Amino acid sequence: MTIIYEETGAEGGPEIPQQRVTIRVNGRKVIAEVEPRLLLAHLLRHGMGLTGTHTGCDTTNCGACTVLVDGRAVKSCTMFAVQAEGREVTTVEGLATQSELHPLQEGFKEEHGLQCGFCTPGMMMAAKALLDRNPDPTEEDIRWGLSGNLCRCTGYQNIVKSVLWAAEKLRSQSAG
Amino acid sequence: MYPSRFRYEAARSLDQAVRLLRDGGDEAKVLAGGQSLIPMMKLRFASPELLVDINNIPGLDYHHADPDGSIHVGALCRHADLEHSGLLQSRQPTMAAAAPLIADPLVRNRGTLVGSLCHADPQGDWASVVLALGGSIVAHGPDGRRTIPAADFVLGPFENALAHDEIAVEAIIPAPRGAPAGGYLKLERRVGDFATAGVAVAIETDGAMVTRAGIALTGVGGSTIKATAAEAALTGRPLTAETIAEAGRLAAEAAQPKSDHRGSATYKRHIVRTFVVRILGRIEGTQERAA
Repeated sequence: MTIIYEETGAEGGPEIPQQRVTIRVNGRKVIAEVEPRLLLAHLLRHGMGLTGTHTGCDTTNCGACTVLVDGRAVKSCTMFAVQAEGREVTTVEGLATQSELHPLQEGFKEEHGLQCGFCTPGMMMAAKALLDRNPDPTEEDIRWGLSGNLCRCTGYQNIVKSVLWAAEKLRSQSAG
Repeated sequence: MYPSRFRYEAARSLDQAVRLLRDGGDEAKVLAGGQSLIPMMKLRFASPELLVDINNIPGLDYHHADPDGSIHVGALCRHADLEHSGLLQSRQPTMAAAAPLIADPLVRNRGTLVGSLCHADPQGDWASVVLALGGSIVAHGPDGRRTIPAADFVLGPFENALAHDEIAVEAIIPAPRGAPAGGYLKLERRVGDFATAGVAVAIETDGAMVTRAGIALTGVGGSTIKATAAEAALTGRPLTAETIAEAGRLAAEAAQPKSDHRGSATYKRHIVRTFVVRILGRIEGTQERAA
């Protein structure tokens, strides 16, 4: 897949040539021509239409834009798209399969882990990285692991329960 | 929010990065973790014309101890690597205590200790830790390498001692001569906020005697503050309720806090004293001697 992303912001100063980046997003190889200042979050949202990655604060505070880069949860508003060259990016759209929700998504449904839903993709991606590292976390581990993600509905209690639910489901899957 | 336009080069080697920086002059900046630089660029507090990305340079993501006991942290060692480091857990209590308190888990996955030192934010946690430990920074430039003590590395807020074509490649924590002890405590309104006040304590002991004391303060002045009088009050003495209380009092005296939305100057000074006493009081063998 090839994407031409045009950055249309009118601004003085010298023209900067676009750069070609090749990124694997949710398992698919993507080639994009981008201005160096394009943020990864904006390439995902506007360039690729993967609007599950939300931009909340745009100031590296809220974590709504969390994605995995080579398995590590990072804020995609605080990384340039050109920096993702050759990397593996996973967004919330990469969690479910065609027929099945990911246990984290199921957990958020079962335990009412979302209210307005704005922080949810970031919460899920941070939780994914946490569970990949630690499949049997305590409640405290989860609170610590999600402490970079803000929920303005303040629905933290149910988010923590959702992740605990998902952890248990994932453990039973891998045991079975 | 978009940063202003810049050129981007992903360097493949340190020498290539140095060449790019030399050609870029004053308008070039090194991009490592980017967790301070990118937000500043988005707010347009920083508008470099050239970013030299060092993330693809191999061999910089290490942290290890040399046979002599010194600890070396490479320019691409992320905060999260240090947070989960068995080496720090077993050998460097001040760094082990600080690593989980840097920013938030997402920022820790990308941000680096060396980058944090270079950023020279007066609110930076690692600056206090490395200063308290008497560490230094290795700069790689066109003419080779030089080592700069942490105390001389920061020239002022957001200003470091690097030449425009030098890259900080490593932080070094010298080998302890005694048994290392200490910690880092930080008061923040919420995870990821800057410190209302932070205190790094790094001491070395020989038996009951303190042979070296390093105490540095975060967020209570225009730059990181080394509490030298408090250090002197501990050196050559045992840790007792009296010496601990005295160190706390002198550290609070060294602080130069300003009243702001995070708290009053009096409050921050009180926090400094409390944290010094708390860290020292938790050191093994001192629990019963200090509050």
